[in-house]
Amino acid sequence: MIEVLYGIPVLGLLFQFVGYLIEVLPIIAPTIIGAATPIALGAMCGFMNERSGVVNIGIEGMMLTAAFVAWWVASLSAQLLPGDPIGPMGMSPALLVGLVAAIGAAMLVSLVHAWLSITVRADQIISGVIINIFAVGITGYLNLLISRSAPPSAGQFRAWDAPAFLADIPVIGWLLHALLSQGPIGLSLLVAVIVMQVLLFRSRWGLRTRAVGEHPEAAETVGIDVVALRYRNVILGGVFAGLAGAYLTIEFGNSFQGEMTNGRGFIALAALIFGRWTPLGSFGAALLFTASEGIQRAVRFGPPEGALGDFLSSVPTQFYSALPYLITIIILAGVVGRSIAPAADGRPYSREKREKRAKASA
Amino acid sequence: MTDAPAQGEPMREEGHRPPSTVTRLVRLGLLPAMAILLALVVGAVIMIASSPLVSGSVDLGLPLTAYGALVSGSFGSFDAIINTLVQATPLILAGLAVGVGFKAGLFNIGAQGQFLMGGLAAAAVGVATAGLPPIAAIPLALMAGVAAGFAYGFIPGFLKAFTGAHEVVTTIMLNYVAIQIIAYVVSGPLRGENVSFARTETITSAALPVLAGRNGHIGIAFALVAVPIIAWLLFRSTLGFEIRTVGANPEAARYAGMRPRLLTILTMAISGLLAGLAGATVILGTVGHIPAAYATGVGFDAIAVALLGRSHPVGILFAGLLFGAMRAGSGLMQIQAGIPVQMVNVLQAVILFFLTAEVIVRYLFRVRAETAEMSELKTITGSYGTGQAVK
Repeated sequence: MIEVLYGIPVLGLLFQFVGYLIEVLPIIAPTIIGAATPIALGAMCGFMNERSGVVNIGIEGMMLTAAFVAWWVASLSAQLLPGDPIGPMGMSPALLVGLVAAIGAAMLVSLVHAWLSITVRADQIISGVIINIFAVGITGYLNLLISRSAPPSAGQFRAWDAPAFLADIPVIGWLLHALLSQGPIGLSLLVAVIVMQVLLFRSRWGLRTRAVGEHPEAAETVGIDVVALRYRNVILGGVFAGLAGAYLTIEFGNSFQGEMTNGRGFIALAALIFGRWTPLGSFGAALLFTASEGIQRAVRFGPPEGALGDFLSSVPTQFYSALPYLITIIILAGVVGRSIAPAADGRPYSREKREKRAKASA
Repeated sequence: MTDAPAQGEPMREEGHRPPSTVTRLVRLGLLPAMAILLALVVGAVIMIASSPLVSGSVDLGLPLTAYGALVSGSFGSFDAIINTLVQATPLILAGLAVGVGFKAGLFNIGAQGQFLMGGLAAAAVGVATAGLPPIAAIPLALMAGVAAGFAYGFIPGFLKAFTGAHEVVTTIMLNYVAIQIIAYVVSGPLRGENVSFARTETITSAALPVLAGRNGHIGIAFALVAVPIIAWLLFRSTLGFEIRTVGANPEAARYAGMRPRLLTILTMAISGLLAGLAGATVILGTVGHIPAAYATGVGFDAIAVALLGRSHPVGILFAGLLFGAMRAGSGLMQIQAGIPVQMVNVLQAVILFFLTAEVIVRYLFRVRAETAEMSELKTITGSYGTGQAVK
């Protein structure tokens, strides 16, 4: 029966592709989700920044710093603290200390970004560039010095054993099971995405943040402290960058290499734009972006039969890797649906300017 | 700091006589010089703090050893000076690329991608023209690099002008697309035979001739010639006047009968052209081939160069020489003082930080330096949010 559908020219290929996806997605889902987690966390950092009107292209640097600090501090404390897990999912004291340190480091970097962008009112792109260059330099520098003495790894968090019955739920069971079979950082992302999505559109904080991101002058006139809110959001955004970095070195893997973020911070930016500056949207975008590479790998190991297999195998692997970036450009150009940034994104806010303008119009 | 006249005070004593060129240059150079000085101090603090990891104990003399090695590795011998020039060449060219964008109010983060595409095109043509004499092969390969950079800069310019897609985001994305294009082309169709890893054939007749020292290729001259040409273009030509006007005030430019749309595209394309030339000189002059996984940071260093040089071609020349010297000397620093080369990145970032946060510099040194020219460190690109096409 199905073969008849596949036999239709052109459209049949599409049917077969969907069939292939249904077949392989449950198998490659854990890989896709694992790769998407740091990207989605990075996008959450960008979301906190950009919704309140501060552009952040320094996500990459923040993640890299956090990844290094998590690994290094965990390694150092593994030599001092007892190594046995004290909680579920392999939570040893050393790993928890490393996680906290990573979050702290990313918040510190965020504070610098906030100060440059909000108080100094410097160009926020330059601030991001500084963070990226500095992160590559300092982590590479310290990593080379530290690795001379080959410090022991503190290990990594383990994935949660999600109840097996979840996988038996029809249609979405495999997805639920894969989403929940993650370590503590991966699980915290799921919580954060849902909570922040609700808060953004249903809370006082969300309303204020959106107001400050769209029209800070108007927000100030109704009594919102623009500067304070921006500071708070940018620094809190650092928490997500910290989680993203720590994920790479103490949950997904257990070691650090120079420049290991490898552009994930920029894909996070792309996911944020593709997801139209919402938590849920950017999480979906991160999944979509990493799915493109996951499918590429699936095609390499078990291509579908016939013309579809020939076609998918003939597409260069690099095309799948470049796809997220190309999609983002297309979306930004408004060719297929448009993604529009918060109106005050990237514009420093100056209270004096508002007062001057008020005086001039009076 | 008595030579810097107080800016806030009334101009009565001076009358309306413009300050002399020397005074202006001193004022312009003051903040960058202070920023470099402070960065060296910060670098020294980091080195001392990390010296237990380097030598096993706290070593207060480590920064001196390291900076000494850095200087002798970049200026200590004839070969060292040539190496500094070689390292500075792509930084100056790509720095000019970013600087030209700044003048038009455009932030070209894509110098990296344009550099890579220029290098790829130059390598492709360089390999293809192996049978031609150098006199024909070299110009062809260079022109290919320049054209590729031009085209790769044209894309974000066009998107910005006609759809409003912000050039910062599109150029970041295009940087990563360029990496994938190189990976595909070099590991596939252009992969050389009998090479140990995925790379093109070695470029033979299109290789830039070495004029001085061990590796002083003719590309150095391109960078030195490009500086006055770009200075002329920006400050003496009609096009440059229009570019600067669009950068300062697009609305005014439009009312004056200029075409911001065309200028946006043209500026990005010229910017890409310079970055492409930088890529071509590195591939044809230094590397000799392009690997599928070509790792370079020139495009990002170029942003720092343009900012440190305050977007002025002459400033970019000096900034490029400084960063080139740091790159050239970093190897000796690692060998003699045990300081990893990444310290150069730290220094660059800290220099940029102090340039951006000039309030710190002003507070520490109590200077009242020129600020008018520092506008590029304020918001260059305006809001990202409007997403409007250039009118």
